[in-house]
This record gives sequence, structure tokens and C-alpha cells, in this order.
Amino acid sequence: MNTLALLGMPNTGKSTLFNRLTGSHAQIGNWPGLTVELMQAEVTLAGRPWQLVDLPGIYDLRGHSGDEAVVRRFLETTPVDLMLVVLNASQLDRQLRLALQVQKLGLPALVVLNMADEARRFGVQVDPRALEAALGLPVVLTSAKYGGGLGTVREALAVALKHGAETEGPGPIPSPRPVQQLESRLQAIDPQLDGALAALLQAGVTLPQQWRDRWTRRLDAVLLHPVLGLPLFFGAMALMFQLIYAIGVPLQEGLGTLLDLLGQHALKPLLAPLPPFVSGFLLEGLYQGIGTVSAFLPVIFLFFLAMGVVEDSGYLSRAAYLMDAFMERLGLDGRSFVLALMGFGCNVPAILGTRVMRDQGLRLLSMLIIPFSLCSARLNVFLFMAAAFFAPRQGALVIFGLYLMSFVAAVLTALVFRGRFASQEPLVLELPPYRLPTLTQMFTRAWAEVRHFWFWARRFIIFGVVAVWLLNNLPLGVEPASAQSLSGQLGTALAPLLDPIGINPKLTVALVFGFIAKEIVLGGLAVIYGQADPIALSRAIAAEVSWPQALSFMLFTLLYTPCLSTVAVIRSESKRLGFTALSVGWSLGLAWISCFVLYQGLAWLGWR
Amino acid sequence: MHAVRRLVDLRPGGTATVVSLAAERGLRARLEALGLRPGQTVQVLRRGWWSGPLHIRVGMTELMVRRRDAACVALAA
Repeated sequence: MNTLALLGMPNTGKSTLFNRLTGSHAQIGNWPGLTVELMQAEVTLAGRPWQLVDLPGIYDLRGHSGDEAVVRRFLETTPVDLMLVVLNASQLDRQLRLALQVQKLGLPALVVLNMADEARRFGVQVDPRALEAALGLPVVLTSAKYGGGLGTVREALAVALKHGAETEGPGPIPSPRPVQQLESRLQAIDPQLDGALAALLQAGVTLPQQWRDRWTRRLDAVLLHPVLGLPLFFGAMALMFQLIYAIGVPLQEGLGTLLDLLGQHALKPLLAPLPPFVSGFLLEGLYQGIGTVSAFLPVIFLFFLAMGVVEDSGYLSRAAYLMDAFMERLGLDGRSFVLALMGFGCNVPAILGTRVMRDQGLRLLSMLIIPFSLCSARLNVFLFMAAAFFAPRQGALVIFGLYLMSFVAAVLTALVFRGRFASQEPLVLELPPYRLPTLTQMFTRAWAEVRHFWFWARRFIIFGVVAVWLLNNLPLGVEPASAQSLSGQLGTALAPLLDPIGINPKLTVALVFGFIAKEIVLGGLAVIYGQADPIALSRAIAAEVSWPQALSFMLFTLLYTPCLSTVAVIRSESKRLGFTALSVGWSLGLAWISCFVLYQGLAWLGWR
Repeated sequence: MHAVRRLVDLRPGGTATVVSLAAERGLRARLEALGLRPGQTVQVLRRGWWSGPLHIRVGMTELMVRRRDAACVALAA
């Protein structure tokens, strides 16, 4: 199938356009010769199917970042029928350079001027026809966010693709060839760019005499205030988390009870004719395990929704600005802070996000702190345990304490390792104007994230709960989860190590499987204690475990390796086995020592 | 004494014209791609707390730049 590629700078709405054009049926594709995965989807244009690829956002085809190298490698290895060059219409004064690079390379291209609404708002006047004439490439104006002008983009695409076919004569569309000698040609083009850019701007763009975005100016005066800025940011974050819990936790409890009722009254009679081992496996193993985990999906959805709003509004870049001075002293930068914050949703994309950093030391140090971000999978465990062991007000305090510990562990890690992973990377970041994200945009995005999360998590969860159930019920004929079962033996074997930190053999089994994914911890506990209903399960655990033990269990869950996916992505991104081992070893060690101090400290104070 | 005025010396609200970039290749490329190139007018909007980054505006783009990096940008007197 022939290929179309989306190229553009970061913050141009390129991915929004991609989703609009493909209807978000995108999948992750592996490309030959590239070590990273790109989003791709099939689209039908001019009556034929095409592969549309979303290239990483880049500033300059000659740039030095990892993403820029990826795009060059892509152009050198993949024949592209048409490049869609996406530019932010309000920033054409600098972004047209990228279109000029593509044009001078002689690549077939369509220039999409996105964010037309913003350009209008800021008083930038663009004449697409004049630009078209000056560039010699088709130019369309659109606003992907609101869907305006999308039909025009499709039409222009169809015309450009047909035109490409006709100039080559009848018959099947010939395969274009990948770009040869890209770097030397880019270098040859470079001196011509300044003059060409000035001529283009002269021909088709009128810039405003004065900055018109008074809203951004006023908001920044408050939100970036030297004294108020940081308290406001952390206040906003705290409020956001409060809101997520206030809405999400009752939803999760209701869903959990509903799933349990369904299991007890519909599934149980249905499975009754089967042999007890098989029906037990299906109901108490698979169904209860998966049910307990899926009850948390509403909380996760709300979390991604809220993070999406914060990111797309432009506030997240401000967080990078506010935190940079502090992070610089830790050997990191504002981007590390933002990534660690994204890690509160899921660590895996946050670690992938370190690709924007060029300096290897900075990248590795960021990768070392991100796994301490309290991700949504761990949050499941904490919300559950906090509700089981503490009154609501204390429980909220415990959760807050865990967030604080997550922060402390990251800072401590950076302080310990900043000398080893020192960096001198400069930091220049765009601060986009504040934007109001649209409802559809937010919901589509959060939905896609939850689907993605579930897609990854469910394999681990199914594998995990099945394994836990088998360990509990083998060898055949043992009392489930007793000391004679495989899990009991495993727990007893690890007891010398985990007894001093107050973790009993049953919790040990949950922790061992939590190494695969934290989603399994709760599903595993449901299987180990044979209780699917969250309330019954929490009673069963609370009957055996004291609150200091529960605290120690939560702290350990927070600090040790988040999941196998995170380890895998650290390995593939750092390309170093030693570093991966350091990351796993350090977090395990830190977890054990912190729990030892906590548990023994509480015991010394008389709490056990 | 400093004969050359640099971006890092500009007070909040101040405006000046960029003369040259004395930065290593990577930083130079990034600054230029973001619009900070010789001949452009740049304005400092605010300076971050605790020697934090500068918030600047160049053309239609607003950026944050670390002070250390802003020291590479020479301005017309």
C-alpha cells in the first residue's frame, strides 16, 4: 500500500488532524530501519486505500534531536507518495521554513495551515492562494480541533494524489523512491531558506502590529507569578485529584458490587454443573480477578480526562516553566517534571516521552525518577487498602502521604544519581497560548487512553490472576491458599526477607505478581482471599493484617518496580541492561529500606 | 566589563533586536527553529523565581529559555 506522511512541528495540532482524518482507528506500526513505533492508519482517498503515518513532531529537518533523526531515517527508507506538512497558522513567521525544506527537497507535498481559529483570534491574516502560488504547493487552511475545513483538506488530498498519478501517466501509481543523500541536500538548501521565507511572508501573511491575546497575558500574570505561581499549580493539582476521587470512588464501588452480584446470582448457577476445580477457576480465579480490576476503569478514565485537559489547555508547559529552577538543581529540567507528572497516569508513555531529550545523562536520570510516579494502577491498590484499613479522613491523609512519598523518592533518587548522570542540555520550550479543549476532543482522547491501558493491562491481568489462582490451588487437593499450597510455600520461602517489614505470606504472593503489573495485586488479593466483593475482601484482609502492616505493604507497592512493561520500556529506551538492572535494584532496595524504617519505627512506638 | 548586551541582561518588559547566537550547533538550530534568529525583535515578559528561566516573546511565539542559554544570545545595544 502507498504511504502518506504527516510532518509538522510540535504544538501544531498534527495529531488532532491525524485523528480527524483517520477516525482514530490508528494502530502502532513498526517501520523497517526505525527503532521507534509510529502511529499509522488506513484512509481511503481518491478511491484507493492509503497508509497514513503520523511522524514525530520536529522543528527542523536538520535538527539534532532523536525525533528529528527518526524523521530523516524515515524519509531515507520509506517511499512517500505525499507529505502533509502541518503548520500552525498563527506562527507562520517561523514555521513556513519546514514547508520550504520539504519543497526544496522536491517531495510531493500538501501544506495544511492548521489552527485557523487561533490565527484569526491573534490577528494573523493568511492568504492561502498567494502562499500556494509562491510555494508551488497546494495550501489549505483548516481548524482540525473544531473540524472546520476538514472537507477541504480531504478534497485537496484527493486532488493532489490524482494529480500525482496523472503527471506520471495512466496505469498504476508508480512507487515513489525514498530520498537520497538527504543530509547533504538539506545542507545545500539551508542558505536559500532565509530569503525564501521572507519572500513567502511578504506574499501571503500579514502579522499583527500588536499581540492580541490578552487572555493569555492576563492568565500568565497570575499563573506564572513568582510567588503565587507554584502554590496555585499545586493547589490546582490537589483539587483535580480530589475531584477525581469524589466522582470516581463511588462509581468504582458501585461497579464492583454490581459485578459481584452478577457473578453470584448469574454466573455461579450457570457454572454449577462443571467440576468444582473448573468452576472455581472460572469464577473465583478469572471472573473475580478481572472484575476487581475493571471496577477501577472509571477512576482511570477520569484521571486521563483531567490530565488531558491540563495538557491541552497549555498549563502543563507552564508547570515546566515554574518547576525548572527546582529541577535544575536536581540535575533535571522542567520537562522531567512534566513527564513525571504524566507518569501519574502511566509510567510507560512518560518514559517514552524522554525521547525529547538529547542528552543521554538527562534522559537516563529522568527515566530513573519516573517509575516513582504513583501511577493509576498503583492508585487502585491504595484506594482499596486505604478504604479497608482507615476511616475516610485518615484514608485521604494516607493517600496524600503516598503522593508525598512518591515525590520524596523521586527527589532523593535524583540527588543520589545526578552526579553519575550529569548533563548540560540547554532548555528552550514553547509556551503555547491558553486553549479551551473541546469536549469531544477530551472524551475521545481519554477513551482512547483507557482502551490502550486496558489492552495492555488485560493480558497481564488475565495471566496474573490465572497464575495466582493456580498457585493457590495446586497441588491438587490442598486447602486453597494454605501453607501447603504453592503460593503458601512461596510466601514462607520469602518470609525471612519480608517478615521484618511486616508483609505476611499472602501479601507476599500479591507483591511477587505485582512485579508483572500492579493491576494484578488487587485481582490477586481477590483470588487469594476468595472474595470478589470489595467490601467483603477488605474485611477478610483487615481480619488478618494490622494497619501498620497495611501501610508497609502500600509503601512497598509504591516504591518497588512498577511493572514489567516499565522495565521493558526502560530497557528498550536506554539500550542498557546494566542501567535497567540499576533501576530495578535501586527501587527494590529503596522500597525495602523505607518499609523497614516505617514498620519497625511504628513497632517501636508500640503500633504493630 | 561586558561590551555586548545579552538576552539574559534584558529587564522584564524590555525589547531588543537579536544580533547573533553564540551557541553550540544543537541549541542554535533549536533557537532558530523557534524563531530566535539574528534580526528578530525579542521581548522579555518575565523572569522565573530562584534564577529560573526567562519567559520571552519573539515573533508570534512565546518561549521559556534558561538564563544560561539566554546568555548566548547577543542583542543590539
